[in-house]
Amino acid sequence: MIGYIIRRVTYAIPILIGVNLLTFVLFFFVNSPDDMARLHLGVKRVTPEAIVKWKEDRGYDKPLLYHGSKPGMEKLTDTIFVRHSLKLFVFDFGRSDQGRDIGYDISQRMWPSLAIALPIFIVGIFVQITFAMLLAFFRGSYLDTSGVVLCVAMMSISSLFYVIGGQYLLSLLLRLWPISGYDVGWDAIKFLVLPIIVGVISGIGASTRLYRTFFLEEINKDYVRTARAKGLSELRVLFRHVLKNAMIPILTGVVVVIPLLFTGSLILESFFSIPGLGSYTIDAIHSQDFAIVRAMVFLGSVLYIVGLILTDITYTLVDPRVRFE
Amino acid sequence: MKRPDAIRILLLAISFFASSAAAASWNNPYPEEDAGKNILYSAFRERPKTFDPARSYSSNEYLFIAQIYEPPFQYHYLKRPYTLIPLTAESVPMPIYLDKQGHRLPRDASPEAIAFSVYEIRIRPGILYQPHPAFARDADGRYLYHDLSPRDIEGLRAIGDFPHTGTRELVAADYVYQIKRLAHPKLHSPILSVMNDYIVGMKEYATTLKQAHDEIAVGRDSGVYLDLSKFPLAGAEAVDRYSYRVKLHGKYPQLLYWMAMPFFAPMAPEVDRFFSQPGMADKNITLDWYPVGSGAYTLTVNNPNRQMVMERNPNYHEESYPTEGEPGDGPSGLLLDAGQRLPFIDKVIFNLDKESIPRWNKFLQGYYDRSGVQPEGFDQAIRFTSEGDTDVSDTMKEKGIRLLTSVAASTYYLGFNMLDPVVGGYTERARKLRQAISIAVDFEEQITIFENGRGIAAQGPLAPGIFGYREGRAGINPYVYDWAEGKPRRKPIEYARQLLKEAGYPDGVNAATGNSLSINYETPAIGPERKAQLDWMLKQFKKLGIQLVVRATDYNRFQEKMRKGDAQIFDWGWNADYPDPENFLFLLYGPNKKVGENGENASNYDNPAFNRLFERMKNMENTPERQAIIDQMIDIARRDAPWIWGMHPKQFLLEHAWMSNTKPHNMANNTLKYVRLDPVKREELRAAWNRPVIWPVALVLGVLAAGALPAIVTYRRKERARRR
Repeated sequence: MIGYIIRRVTYAIPILIGVNLLTFVLFFFVNSPDDMARLHLGVKRVTPEAIVKWKEDRGYDKPLLYHGSKPGMEKLTDTIFVRHSLKLFVFDFGRSDQGRDIGYDISQRMWPSLAIALPIFIVGIFVQITFAMLLAFFRGSYLDTSGVVLCVAMMSISSLFYVIGGQYLLSLLLRLWPISGYDVGWDAIKFLVLPIIVGVISGIGASTRLYRTFFLEEINKDYVRTARAKGLSELRVLFRHVLKNAMIPILTGVVVVIPLLFTGSLILESFFSIPGLGSYTIDAIHSQDFAIVRAMVFLGSVLYIVGLILTDITYTLVDPRVRFE
Repeated sequence: MKRPDAIRILLLAISFFASSAAAASWNNPYPEEDAGKNILYSAFRERPKTFDPARSYSSNEYLFIAQIYEPPFQYHYLKRPYTLIPLTAESVPMPIYLDKQGHRLPRDASPEAIAFSVYEIRIRPGILYQPHPAFARDADGRYLYHDLSPRDIEGLRAIGDFPHTGTRELVAADYVYQIKRLAHPKLHSPILSVMNDYIVGMKEYATTLKQAHDEIAVGRDSGVYLDLSKFPLAGAEAVDRYSYRVKLHGKYPQLLYWMAMPFFAPMAPEVDRFFSQPGMADKNITLDWYPVGSGAYTLTVNNPNRQMVMERNPNYHEESYPTEGEPGDGPSGLLLDAGQRLPFIDKVIFNLDKESIPRWNKFLQGYYDRSGVQPEGFDQAIRFTSEGDTDVSDTMKEKGIRLLTSVAASTYYLGFNMLDPVVGGYTERARKLRQAISIAVDFEEQITIFENGRGIAAQGPLAPGIFGYREGRAGINPYVYDWAEGKPRRKPIEYARQLLKEAGYPDGVNAATGNSLSINYETPAIGPERKAQLDWMLKQFKKLGIQLVVRATDYNRFQEKMRKGDAQIFDWGWNADYPDPENFLFLLYGPNKKVGENGENASNYDNPAFNRLFERMKNMENTPERQAIIDQMIDIARRDAPWIWGMHPKQFLLEHAWMSNTKPHNMANNTLKYVRLDPVKREELRAAWNRPVIWPVALVLGVLAAGALPAIVTYRRKERARRR
């Protein structure tokens, strides 16, 4: 298994270089260093000299990918891409274009992201699996049909609707929790309840429907019929046999997102004023802060790769037939 | 025994929730211990870029630093037109004019004769800086935190990590130091280019500092302290402990307005040295994030990810609420606090709230004290009276919410690129084309449909409240409006069509070529929400038979096109820096063109007659002679029509009944110190508006429980059937 993990980590390096290069090209295709300078220096009274100085200070005065006038390897190394990207591989994110330490900001902002993403993930999985099993149990009945219709309706609604509707109903009309905000320590709880409820409800439709399909697929297999023939109760069949076997496809989708919980949710964080990494990324895109965008894309890619490796490892735990060899 | 216990627990839970609901507001986002305190609550949408007074130039930054840094002058809070008064200075000085030989000239000397203007500013003794670690000293008088080792810095994360603070008296040399900072090679002050033209020796000073910095820095990006005290600047010098002198080339009365902005606030050299220590920037401890001033408030919490808190400066000097204002200020209660010591509010908390809907809802719940009017809440908040005026809706009135409006010192316009061969140029044909389009684009309609009436149609470049702006009949643009029934009325579209015909485009067709007239419209307005507005614009041009091609691009590309002059018609706007006509009319001054000169004249308008008048007008005092010149300039510009004059936006501010002393001010930013609130009244109203409603939750839980019963019954029946 260790050999497998080493191999996967080695494969990850060219992938990360590729992602970095792609981010770089896409970003600078839309924004030139001059555009970035103008945005940072403001729209009024910006002189060409100030733009030149801004770029010099941040190393954006160099060519993007190839420095023709430099000798040897410097043709490649004395470029914006190499100078701004190499340190990422040792997780040195450097300073933002506004001069702040990105690593420190990430370390501060990942906790609020986790504070909403983790409960949404855990409670969400629990609720979705419960509902899916319920529908599978009552398969073919009116409860199942109306449940599926409800799921389709719920997955068709924009997540923004859940956010605005949740804030309006639960905070403005019923006045149960604050509309938005954040605090540290235990005081954060009152701010987290509403986004967690909204996050869980907005995820029910799509996942419940998907998991129901997994359960139905399992429920008609021979081993389930055998279990029933043995006289086991339907609940016992569902929990002891069907659930365990349906977990493999569920895990495929679930484990891969666990590391990405750190990177937060863009909409929830923005609307509930949660100072997490999701809103950090959005702010950086709006302010054309390439240093932060690059760091967050890199971090997201690393976490995604970690997620994929974790998924592979989890397969072996839930299904003994799967082997790394 | 089990069932009675369960019922008892249920009843206990219900009574607990009911009593909690009666006792407190569950949706209160603030800590219980802050209830009833003299705290103003507000919101911010995005983290400010910098709090360094040499760099900061945005309203969202001024919201904070204007309360902290104190330039020598400020605007009178209540008087209109906007009037400069001393803040830390003893008075607003009159300039001394000198000729080339340094001889003193009379006050009424012609601008051409004036080689230099000298402003000598005397500040009040006894003003102290806020407590700050940069000033902390040990028993021997040595600074405690000016020579920090990497080990000392290692554990630091915020300015509050320094246990000791100190203060010192504000002196004239601090103001001189800040003027020098405008030329610092690492700061990129946005007004350096302006000051290079006026402050004697500024341009050379910037070069000197660059060389000196490069020698010290040797490749280091941060942690470099350049002691500006060692580099004299000819145009700014301290005369004595409390006086300093600023020497300018020529006559430039607008300098006093600049000196009411944070750019000219004092900077203590020891503060600069403190923040310039190696390693501080790596810990995000910089002047960009921790302002140090002598103003009414200090920034005690700077967490732009969540919250920023300003608290009353314990060292704040004596300053009183104004005792006079406009005639209506007394009756409206704005003079009730006349002569009272400032500030009134102990603490101001700004919470990060990015989205407008939550911000608006929190205002309605009483958790924000003031709010702008969001498009989403406009119909809920505002109603139009039968006279066409605006007022708060009945729902808002019931809550005691007040509406305050003011026309901003801003202008939004559609510009013509005067370099363009079709819409530009100074021929009669081109003028008539632009005038015809100016009539056709109905900005009154645009304001009604898209701005909910929040604006007034512009008659020229000057915004109301600026010297030179004329009200009523004398102020209308005669090329676009007629005066009818006591108000301006847009000329009929038939007249515009006639002008278009005279311009050589009958019904929008080029008479010479037979081709339809097609004009490109550059706008950074992208996204579905702007589609209706762009469709409306197409219709305006269609009235004349002109085909408008909308070229909506992102802001970067839009700016690039403007810099290159690759536009025909475009959206643009301007917010005034100071209340002087020069700050608007320079937008049409030829040498200030965007193409080639990189100036702010986006339409590249360059009329020699206008330019000559501008050069005469720009340095004049506000006299009838200046008014006459401005009238001439505006008439030239209206006739040439380089802009469709567009609109001046109207700002709407809503505030709760517990707020007082608010008077919108479009120039001053340091207005928090004048505002008062009644925390007891606020507490009562908040409690009344935010009692939790729990019965729907109980109802939903009951329905769910009831809904589960048939499922349970079905399951049991199934199981029984299987067993049989």
